[in-house]
Amino acid sequence: MNRLAIQGGHLVDPASNRDGPADLFIADGTVVAVDTPPAGFTPDRRIDAAGCIVLPGLVDLSAHLREPGASRKGGIVSEARAAAAGGITTLVCPPCTTPVMDTPSVVELVHSRAHEAQAARVAPLGALTQGLEGEHLAEMAALRDAGCPAMADGGRPVSHTLVLRRALDYAATFSLPVVLTPEDPHLAAGGRVHEGETATRRGLPGQPAATETAELSRILALVEETGARVHFARISTGRGAELVAEARLRKLPVTADVAIHQLYFTDLDTVEYDTAAHVRPPFRTQTDRDALRRAVADGVISAVCSDHQPHDPDAKACPFADSEPGISGVETLLALTLRLVDDGLLPLTEAIRRLTHGPAGCLGLEAGTLAPGAPADLTVADPQAVWRVTAEEMLSRGRNTPFLGWELTGRAVTTVVGGQVVHPPRPPVSYHR
Amino acid sequence: MNQQLDEHGRLRHLLTTEGLPRDLMTRILDTAESFSGVIGKSVKKVPLLRGRTIINLFFEPSTRTRTTFELAAQRLSADVLNIDVATSSASKGESLLDTLRNLEAMQCDAFVVRHGESGAAHFIARHVNPGVAVINAGDGRHAHPTQALLDVFTIRREKGAFEPLTVAIVGDILHSRVARSQIHALMALGAGEVRVIAPRTLLPSHIQRFGVRVYEDMDAGLDGVDVVIMLRLQRERMRGALLPSQGEFFRRYGLTEKRLERTKPDAIVMHPGPINRGVEIDSAVADGPRSVILQQVTNGIAVRMAVMSMVMGAGGETTAAAVQEEQLS
Repeated sequence: MNRLAIQGGHLVDPASNRDGPADLFIADGTVVAVDTPPAGFTPDRRIDAAGCIVLPGLVDLSAHLREPGASRKGGIVSEARAAAAGGITTLVCPPCTTPVMDTPSVVELVHSRAHEAQAARVAPLGALTQGLEGEHLAEMAALRDAGCPAMADGGRPVSHTLVLRRALDYAATFSLPVVLTPEDPHLAAGGRVHEGETATRRGLPGQPAATETAELSRILALVEETGARVHFARISTGRGAELVAEARLRKLPVTADVAIHQLYFTDLDTVEYDTAAHVRPPFRTQTDRDALRRAVADGVISAVCSDHQPHDPDAKACPFADSEPGISGVETLLALTLRLVDDGLLPLTEAIRRLTHGPAGCLGLEAGTLAPGAPADLTVADPQAVWRVTAEEMLSRGRNTPFLGWELTGRAVTTVVGGQVVHPPRPPVSYHR
Repeated sequence: MNQQLDEHGRLRHLLTTEGLPRDLMTRILDTAESFSGVIGKSVKKVPLLRGRTIINLFFEPSTRTRTTFELAAQRLSADVLNIDVATSSASKGESLLDTLRNLEAMQCDAFVVRHGESGAAHFIARHVNPGVAVINAGDGRHAHPTQALLDVFTIRREKGAFEPLTVAIVGDILHSRVARSQIHALMALGAGEVRVIAPRTLLPSHIQRFGVRVYEDMDAGLDGVDVVIMLRLQRERMRGALLPSQGEFFRRYGLTEKRLERTKPDAIVMHPGPINRGVEIDSAVADGPRSVILQQVTNGIAVRMAVMSMVMGAGGETTAAAVQEEQLS
């Protein structure tokens, strides 16, 4: 038996409309009651959440764990633990591993390593096509049975429109959502930054906003015909957000997310060739950033993710265009999203919704709420805790973040996955009782 | 980008002409002027950088730029080492940072760097030991500051003041580090008007923000200009759908004697080289009386001497004075 009581905290559970003081009672990995304990409930452990907010565990729709394939950059164990420390309880990871996540055996490997980590859950996305090469369909049904909640292009858009159409139809056969990268590969080719004044000044090859809007339009045309459930990964332009809003108004089954750093930086942040600000899609204009913020506030964008991409130092210690894109983000996702609340962009409950129920809904994950009966994945966070982002304190193997040195407010204190406290990690003693 | 200036506003590296203060730029040109006397003499050396080591670190092939840097260094009595990385360690997988560390371990005082990626010179300047100077000899599409400085030096010699001048830069602006550096230099020096002339596929986005006027029609763009700067059109631009053919480009944007009639009668014609005869410029113009293309090459040595002496702390007006003394003795 494993009974846990979380008492004295302020529960924010947008999915069940809760935003107030409440105690939470957990048994065998499940939330069994909110407010009052079931008759005869005696907890094995109590967590005092006084002064803290109690949230459904964060669901991060994009985290590259670098395993299998690139262990210099990160690993399932290190990144899942870093995520747990950041209050994340579900990590959705894209299929662009080496080997590609296109067979159940790779999925099983990831699951077993994630189990070993005793930290955030890991939900690998299956490859939409074999080897992510955009030619032959992957065995989607087998991947689903192995535990993939959705299929994805893994950042390698399927350029052959007929193959994409068939992939969407086939995925729809098994009610599988499909996660697609809205990036026209030809317009993107070689472009490291947003096409605009900064790109011209710095002599860096740019990619226009049409890289995103052209691809969104192509995909939306196919969604219209197939009715396939599509999630757009990493919107970066204001016009892109508008296209998503229009599609949703027309009741097309599409959702979208944004990487948290897109809400803070613009192309001007690449002006000094800072490779930490090299991301894909690139930081765009201030107008785009403001539009993305509004789209998050309005709910057009239903999920905010970390787009976690840890790197070894060498990947960033080179001229800008030679550097690899991406930010190590799982440890800053919560605080940076809470900062949007401080900025007056959206209320706390909506901010938490974009990190929990919102992303879970995009892929139909059984997560993101603390209603009785739900899996006991939760985060107790101190919303007042002030801390500084430093390379030394990061748990991720990648310390590549442009937020280094930032002072942030709000931090996960305790993270629970399936009723087990995974952060802070338990001291290695097991003689009690 | 003030990475290139020290706390006293002196030139520490030369990475770009963008943001370079006008008086500093003028000082470089004045210093170059004093060196150009040396070049004409029978004994072509001054001892300003005796005992110092300069490494020419070229990740891209170059003949003219590297040679003039080498000559400039030799005339300042420095020891020069040419490293052609295109054919050495980088092709064996060594990182730029490792290459740099290894060369630094050989106790050099300055790097002259050419690299295919924009920002490479900034990257190197950020990572060298304090006291080691970096001169950008061309990075990607970003900057080629010594080329721009020798161009404005040439313009100043031919035309005097910058204020009354209209300068047209013609051709592949999109891929040109030379054009970007020229525009920044001309703007800082107060040139009356700078125009860029190119088809839209060869114009970078937001180039107007540099303060230039954009012309897509060459005849209109050349109207009444004092200086025409032609840019080299790389053959590979014919791939990738930027242009239909060399022939069509030459017909619309090639500089011919007929087109030159649109300019002021005393207009000069410049080109950073190497020229593509019949692609961007007609031989009759390149070899004609208005062309100062070979003067540019000669001036490159004096300008590079000036930059080297200044970034290596033998700098500024003191250099000019020292040279004059040297010449008198």
